[in-house]
Amino acid sequence: MKGNETDAEPRLVVPGEVILDHANLNPGCGIINSADGHIATRLGTLKDNEGTLHVQPINATYMPRSGDLVIGYVEAVQSNLWFLDVAGPFNALLPMSLAPWKVEFGDARNHMDVGEAVLARAQEVDESHSVVCTMKGVGLRKISQGHIVNIPVQQIPNLRGENGAIIQSIKEASDCRIIVAENGRVWIDGDSAGIRVAAQAIKVVTSTGHRPGLESRLAASFAGGEV
Amino acid sequence: MGGYGDVKLLNDDGSRLDGRAIDESRPVEVKVGVIPVADGSAWVKHGLNEAVCAVYGPMEAHPRKIQLQDQAVIDVRYNMAPFSTSDRIRPGFNRRSREISKVTAEAFASTVMVERYPRSKIRIEIEILSAEAGTRCVGITAASVALADAGIPMRGMIVGVASGKIEDTVVLDLDKAEDNYGQADLPMGIMPTTGEIAFMQMDGDLSMDELQQAIDYNFTAAAEIHDIMEAALRAHYDGGDE
Repeated sequence: MKGNETDAEPRLVVPGEVILDHANLNPGCGIINSADGHIATRLGTLKDNEGTLHVQPINATYMPRSGDLVIGYVEAVQSNLWFLDVAGPFNALLPMSLAPWKVEFGDARNHMDVGEAVLARAQEVDESHSVVCTMKGVGLRKISQGHIVNIPVQQIPNLRGENGAIIQSIKEASDCRIIVAENGRVWIDGDSAGIRVAAQAIKVVTSTGHRPGLESRLAASFAGGEV
Repeated sequence: MGGYGDVKLLNDDGSRLDGRAIDESRPVEVKVGVIPVADGSAWVKHGLNEAVCAVYGPMEAHPRKIQLQDQAVIDVRYNMAPFSTSDRIRPGFNRRSREISKVTAEAFASTVMVERYPRSKIRIEIEILSAEAGTRCVGITAASVALADAGIPMRGMIVGVASGKIEDTVVLDLDKAEDNYGQADLPMGIMPTTGEIAFMQMDGDLSMDELQQAIDYNFTAAAEIHDIMEAALRAHYDGGDE
């Protein structure tokens, strides 16, 4: 049991670590309450969010939630639905009734085949993590151009930055349209030079985003990318 | 437990053949993130034992008949590499590896928050690279670190430790000779942060007093190894121990 000092900055906790300070805070994600005090259940950074103590995990698997914007790859097709790999534990279903086209029974494969990428939204997630996606909605589409980058889901807040500042700076520097899906996939659409700049910048954010001085490293990355 | 009671395992000064005191563990080293493609991984060296563990998941449990509707399944595969001992081991599963896989899975089912992932599977692959008595304990320690590395929520990290009896003396952490020719062996999986026992087996005979002594040794050693595991995780992600 280490690291029980009152923290001025976020600190790393390991599963089972008893957090003796912050007893007045409510337990949030990654924290359970016990007779000894709060106990961390995941490896991650301890954070206080308006009276709730939670652990921001260092590594995590994407668990879909209703309303999430996701980028999925078609993994299988049946007569009336598609199975999408959304980087979660289970494949999501995309029924033909929730596709943006009028699809006849048995004709699903002609609209979208195995391996194609889609921008969709998780419409329903039940308690056993079954997911139903929809492509009916503004901006939801089949992705037929651009580049998709995978990032760890826990790095998404770092990539967005405060009030979207980081992702906005990458968009401006690369002159690309960039969509960050909640399942850790990022769609970059633009010309090839811009895509290269954006992909490099995203790599910089995901590998060093937790350290101070990200803006200067990004500026260096943009300068290098434009050469 | 070879049953050769006449083999001398303690020196005249009370120390053991390798020079350790009776309550002294073999040195332990832990490394995190040794398999980049795995969701979590760890390497543990405990004396001459070496284990590598990779964790994958949570993922959809296949075949479907193994799915549990209200919780995840812990699927453990413990395997000793053919080159891990001086006598080559026939590759593949055997009765012993199945037993160890099963008890390890049951130990982790009690600490991993399986209820968070219904119908899923968390796959733990333990490969013993070098074996010198106590490989199931080393495998459990490696799996705990790998699970933490994978970000799997759990109530605490389990530490695998063992004590035993040689020449009517309770000793901590049996080596190969002591395991083969000793009188008893008590491997345990302990969660030092909560003081709970997640796994316990016994081979041979111990009196109640000896059993209590062995458990005390195991708890003390588990706390020390837990500190090493924690330091390894901090060193990997935080750039050093706090």
